[in-house]
Amino acid sequence: MKRLRARTLASTTAMLAMLGGTAQAQGVVNVFNWSDYITDEVLEQFTEETGIRVVYDVYDSNDTLEARLLAGSSGFDVVVPTATFLERQIAAGVYQPLDRDLLPNIDNMDERLMASAASHDPDNAHAVIYMWGTTGIGYNVDMIAERLGEDYEVDSWSLIFDPEIAAQVADCGISFLDSPTDMFPAAMAYLGLDPQSTATEDFEAAAELMSSVRDHVRYFHSSQYISDLANGEICVAVGWSGDVLQAAERAEEAGRGVSVWYAIPEEGAMQWFDMLAIPADAPNPENAHAFINFIMKPEVAAAITNYVWFPNGNSAAFELVDEEIRTDPAIYPSDEVMDKLFTGVTYDGRTDRVVTRLWTRVRTGQ
Amino acid sequence: MNALTRSPVWRGTAWLFGRLGLSGRGLVIAIPMLWFLVFFLVPFFVLGRISLAEPRIALPPYTPLFERGPDGSLQIIASLENYWFLWEDALYRNAYLSSIRIAVISTVFALLIGYPIAYYIARSPEPRQSILLLMVILPFWTSFLLRVYAWMGFLRREGVINNMLMSMGVIDTPLVMLQTDFAVLIGIVYTYLPFMILPLYANLTKLDSAHLEAAADLGASPMVTFFTVTLPLSMPGIIAGSMLVFIPAIGEYVIPALLGGPDTLMIGRVLWDEFFSSRDWPVASAVAIVMLVLVVAPIMWLQSVQNRRELD
Repeated sequence: MKRLRARTLASTTAMLAMLGGTAQAQGVVNVFNWSDYITDEVLEQFTEETGIRVVYDVYDSNDTLEARLLAGSSGFDVVVPTATFLERQIAAGVYQPLDRDLLPNIDNMDERLMASAASHDPDNAHAVIYMWGTTGIGYNVDMIAERLGEDYEVDSWSLIFDPEIAAQVADCGISFLDSPTDMFPAAMAYLGLDPQSTATEDFEAAAELMSSVRDHVRYFHSSQYISDLANGEICVAVGWSGDVLQAAERAEEAGRGVSVWYAIPEEGAMQWFDMLAIPADAPNPENAHAFINFIMKPEVAAAITNYVWFPNGNSAAFELVDEEIRTDPAIYPSDEVMDKLFTGVTYDGRTDRVVTRLWTRVRTGQ
Repeated sequence: MNALTRSPVWRGTAWLFGRLGLSGRGLVIAIPMLWFLVFFLVPFFVLGRISLAEPRIALPPYTPLFERGPDGSLQIIASLENYWFLWEDALYRNAYLSSIRIAVISTVFALLIGYPIAYYIARSPEPRQSILLLMVILPFWTSFLLRVYAWMGFLRREGVINNMLMSMGVIDTPLVMLQTDFAVLIGIVYTYLPFMILPLYANLTKLDSAHLEAAADLGASPMVTFFTVTLPLSMPGIIAGSMLVFIPAIGEYVIPALLGGPDTLMIGRVLWDEFFSSRDWPVASAVAIVMLVLVVAPIMWLQSVQNRRELD
C-alpha cells in the first residue's frame, strides 16, 4: 500500500506547492497519495495535456489520511484511501459521488475487480481502483534455507505463526506490519477462522496466536521492512506485495548476494484496493475528475504499474505492462491463487476499539 | 528620547492608547496573555469538550456538545465515560507510569551528564565559554529527526557500535540495542541534554566567587564547598533544566517510535493509537487531558519549592 522510492518526488512537488502559492487557483489539482506510488513522468504528462498543475503531497498510512479528512477542509481534490477505510469515510460523508460523464475512461476498468471493490462502495459511486495488491510474506531466500533446510517452501503463514518454526528463524529477524487490519485477518486465516469475522472471540483467538510468537518478532512497522529485507537486517516480514518486491529489486541492485522473495500463503491472504476518490469539499472537483480520468488511460496506468510494481485495476492496461511484471505471479497472481484471496472488512466503532486494544496487547505484551 | 516623546505621532499614539485604556504596561502584559489564551486555553477547552463527547462516524467524528431535543429545547450532551474508561483499563495506567519512569530516568541521567558540562563551561575563561556554548547548541542546526536516525545507525545490529566491538573481539554476537528501552533513554538524554545544560550554565555563571572563597577561607574542602555552597545555590538551575527535560520527555512520541521496541509503552504512542487507529477522538482527548494534569502537578510543586527558596 505504500512505497518509499520517490522521496525526491515528494520534495520537488512540495517545493512546487510552495512556489505555487494558493492551491485554490484555477488550473490546479491537489493530490494526496501514498508515498512513492506514482512516477514523475505521469504527472508531467498530465500537466502537458490539460494545462492543470498538480500539487502533490504524500502520506504513509490510512490513519494519517483519515484524520485529515475527518477534521474537514483538507483542501485536497484527489485522495487514495484503501477500500476498507473508504467505506467508513463514505458513511461519514467525506466524499462526493463521481460524475460518470466526466470519466469516459472508466470503461477501461476491470469489471471483476471493480465488482469486488463495490462491496465497499455500492455501484462504485464514489471511487475507482488506483492500484491493488496483497498482504503476504516477504523473506530472505538464503537465510530461510539455512535455518529450515533447502527443501523448505515458504507457502504458509506457519512460518511466522507457528511458535516452533518462528523460533528457528527469529535470530535473523521477523517483522510484522504495524497494521491490525492486515495482521488480524492473516492470523484468523491461519487458524482456519473466517478472516472477515468481526466476532470478539475470533479477534481474541488471533491476538492469543500473535502473542504466542511475539517474542520472536523483532519489530512492528509498516515501511521499515523494505530496506531491512533488502540489506539482510531481517529475514522475514509480513508485508505488502509491491513493497516486498521493491525490497527484492533493491537487494538485487545492491549486488551483495541478498535475495528476497514474496509468497502468498496457501491459507489465504488479504487482497486490498487503493481507491481514487474526491472529497466532498474539494476545491477543484472538475480538475479532480480530469485527473482520475487521466489515470484510467491504459498507457498511464501501465506506466505507473511498471514503476511501482503494484497491479492496476485497468484491464485495457494489462497488455501494456512490462512482460516481466505482467507474468510475475507475485504481482498478478494466478486464478488459482486469486480464489484464495479475501477482501478486508470495515470495522464499526465498537470492533475498532476491541481491535486496537488487543493489538496494543499483542505489540506491547500488556 | 525627548525629541521622540515630543513628536506629534508619539503623543497621538499615546493619547489613543490612553483612550482605549491601554497603557504601555498593559500592552506588554497583553501580548503574553493573548498568547496564553490562543495557544493554551482555547486548545485546552477544545480538548476538554471533545473528551466529554462520544465517538461516531461523521464529520467531525464525535457527538456535538449541544443538540436540539425533539421539542426544540437545547440539550447538553456530555459524559465522563471516557475518563472512567481510562481508569478501568490497566493499559493506560501502565502507559502513564512507564512514561513517567522513562522521563524520570532520562532527567536524572541528563542532570548527571549535564551538570559537570555546565559547571566546566561556567568555570572556563570567557573566550572559551562562547565556543563551548556554541558546541552545545550546534547540534540544533541539524534536524532533530536526522540526529535520531543517526543513533539508529549507531545502535543497529550491523551498526557502528556492534561492528567496532566485534572487530575488537569484545563480543562475538551483536548486541541488541536498537528497539529497546535503553535506546529510547539514550535518544531522550542525547536530544534534551542542551535543555539541561543551558539553564544550569546560566545559573552557575552567576555564582558569586566570593561565596566559594569564604568557604575555602573557613577551611572547607572543594568537595564540601561544592555540596554545601555550589549545589544548593544552583538549585533553581537544576529545577529549570529538569523541567525542560522532563516535560517533553514524558509526552515524547518520535524517539520511542524510532528507537523503541514493541514493548516500549509510552503515552504518546497510546494517544496516537486512540486518535489514528481507533479514530476515537474523545478517548484520545481524555488521555491528553489526564497527561496534562499529570505534568502540571509536578511543575506546580517544583514552582512552589522554588518560590519558598526565594522567600527564605
